[in-house]
Amino acid sequence: MDLNLTSEEAQFRDELRAWLGTHVPRDWEHRRDESVQAHFAFLTAWQRTLYEGGWAGISWPREYGGRGASLMQQVIFWQEMASASAPPMANVIGLGMVGPTIIAFGTEAQKTRFLRKILSAEEIWCQGFSEPNAGSDLAALQSEARLDGTDFVVNGQKVWTSFGWAADWCELVVRTDPTVPKHRGLTVMLVDMKSPGIEVRPLRQMTGEAEFTEVFFRDVRVPVENVVGKVNQGWDVSIGTLMHERGTLGAGMQVTYQRNIERLIELSRTIQRGGRPASEDPVIRQRLAQCYAEVQIMRANQMRAFSRISTTGVPGPEGSIQKIFWSELNQRLQQIAQELLGPYGQLEGGDPHAVDHGAWSYGYLRARGNTIEAGTSEIQRNIIGHFVLGLPRSY
Amino acid sequence: MQFGLNENQVILRDSAREFFTGECPMAFVRRTSESSTAHDPALWAKFAAQGYTGIIFDEAYGGVGLGVVELILLMEEAGRALVPGPLFSTVALAGPVLDACASPAQKQSYFPAIARGDACATLGFVEPKAGWDRADLRMTAKNGRLSGEKLFVPDAAVADVIVVVARDGVYVSDAKAPGVGITPMASMDQTRKLYAVSFRDVAAEKLDGGGLDRGLAIATTALAAEMVGGMQRTLDLAVDYAKTRKQFGKPIGSFQAVQHQCADMYLETESARSAAYYAALTLQEGAADASAAVSIAKLYASDAGRTVGNRGIQIHGGMGFTWENDLHLYYRRAKASETMLGDATFHREQLAKLVVDAVTESARSQEVRC
Repeated sequence: MDLNLTSEEAQFRDELRAWLGTHVPRDWEHRRDESVQAHFAFLTAWQRTLYEGGWAGISWPREYGGRGASLMQQVIFWQEMASASAPPMANVIGLGMVGPTIIAFGTEAQKTRFLRKILSAEEIWCQGFSEPNAGSDLAALQSEARLDGTDFVVNGQKVWTSFGWAADWCELVVRTDPTVPKHRGLTVMLVDMKSPGIEVRPLRQMTGEAEFTEVFFRDVRVPVENVVGKVNQGWDVSIGTLMHERGTLGAGMQVTYQRNIERLIELSRTIQRGGRPASEDPVIRQRLAQCYAEVQIMRANQMRAFSRISTTGVPGPEGSIQKIFWSELNQRLQQIAQELLGPYGQLEGGDPHAVDHGAWSYGYLRARGNTIEAGTSEIQRNIIGHFVLGLPRSY
Repeated sequence: MQFGLNENQVILRDSAREFFTGECPMAFVRRTSESSTAHDPALWAKFAAQGYTGIIFDEAYGGVGLGVVELILLMEEAGRALVPGPLFSTVALAGPVLDACASPAQKQSYFPAIARGDACATLGFVEPKAGWDRADLRMTAKNGRLSGEKLFVPDAAVADVIVVVARDGVYVSDAKAPGVGITPMASMDQTRKLYAVSFRDVAAEKLDGGGLDRGLAIATTALAAEMVGGMQRTLDLAVDYAKTRKQFGKPIGSFQAVQHQCADMYLETESARSAAYYAALTLQEGAADASAAVSIAKLYASDAGRTVGNRGIQIHGGMGFTWENDLHLYYRRAKASETMLGDATFHREQLAKLVVDAVTESARSQEVRC
């Protein structure tokens, strides 16, 4: 173990820090009041700026537009992004899941065709996994693809598709052989969202916005060369994607939580409680310190996981603890924000008394989704129980 | 930057695990803990031969000269095996404080004997009606002599040297000196005996108190690591039991209510481990966030040590409630360690002093309508 940066890492950090110092947009967090689409366009432009500066895809291979650097440099990247209060990148699914999946399982042609445009945000990605009757039991999915000449023809429905409204491409998992046990007949394919027969419908969530979509496929033709991995071996590819999801989503989250807990600490100094700042209230201090501690432990967990990945090459099922940790921690963090803000916590953007443009009322509602999306807490605990601890299957 | 263990650290950890498994099985732990001191001199000689007693002391003083990371790996394995006796108090509590506070001449007078296995040491801090807050200490030296009482001093009956944290500095006294009275306290953890130590005009040598924070930080991190070892063992026992115990014709580990408890134990154990390793690294490298990292490691281990123990007993059902089962031995140790060197509430307040009270530029510039 060694916290010191190597000279290469230090040079990387200094270069990145200097670049962020001149490129990070100012006051971007106050853009909450704009529409989801307008905000997304802003984040897309920011990712493009990062890409042009050579800062997208730190650990991705150079020949596909990445920086070819180590996973540790990727970690340094997240830390520097956090301390510079930089906005996140737009192409979350592409960067965190689809890209690593294509790097691990894709053909040379797929790597050349897709990876660079993921990094530049020129092509936004979504992920077609969940279906109305296949949530936690993903392998029960019913969307199907039948071979017709050199194309697969896809029919079915996906749901909870993040960024479906913005996506140019979709990493889709479908059933290609209904005659074999459910895990054996699945195939992953890359689908152009502009293909005829695709319909995207917004799915309005409890926060009021439509971050997710339903996607309907009617006789959508997908060329066979867009299959990732082998036909009917899509389960392995999907699991690879989901393991990346559990690990990498957390890395971005940690950056956000660090900013949020620091912001709550700032707020606690200005909110009065019993005639003195809330930051002097012993109960509030305990709550803030516990949350601060957990945000740091989340980072330490991730650093250990990254070190393991840099020796084994792939994320393992223990990534499920990252998913449980970040999702449940955010719910606790948002609850502490509500306790701190009291009646002001419920105010939404646009109200003149709202704190931080309503970010905390939104965050409180949005956090309920965290323990459901990307694999429920219950499924993550099943994965730990069976695949990490070796307990018998519970279902 | 690398957060995994290096090759030598893995070797140290694995050999310690093997050593403790062979030399310190649970039957031995129980037998030794039934003695009044929980100290086995024959085992202690083997610790010395392994280099454990001098692990962090410089080679110039007969030690092995390893760092904080190696120390916590050793303590994690000792915690897993529930090693009884003064290993923690000598090597991980008094040891780091002496190492951080003693002059070269003082080190020369204490370290070689400890490293050889000829002497044990401990540390007295808590005073009557007070806890681990230094502001509550009353004892002071008069003309280089100590009078007063320290409570919850681990392994004092077998210690040759007692480090005393007083209001006006850090002192060392001979544990067998005239005026030192050592009385056992009837406490929960049978494997690590606690004592009330009274001082009546006892001659003491003053150390450089400037190193106390660092010494206690290392001790606190080592204790957190020892707690992680105990959590890991509790988890392993629970998982083994859940795989073999059958009800309704199936292993109980196939029921989600049980399986999810095991998953939570895993999450808490791994997170406590990450926090302890990170704290050790920051101390090893003198990082700016070391004080925060140490409090984070101890506050998390203090809470998680308890909840992992709770879950472990629950999974074992009636068996977990028996004297015969080993779980309660770990559970008792976890409770004792939870409060030693400050519990979770104490360390949350320590952390708040560091991160809530620190006024940043951005805080001053922010105006909030509220």
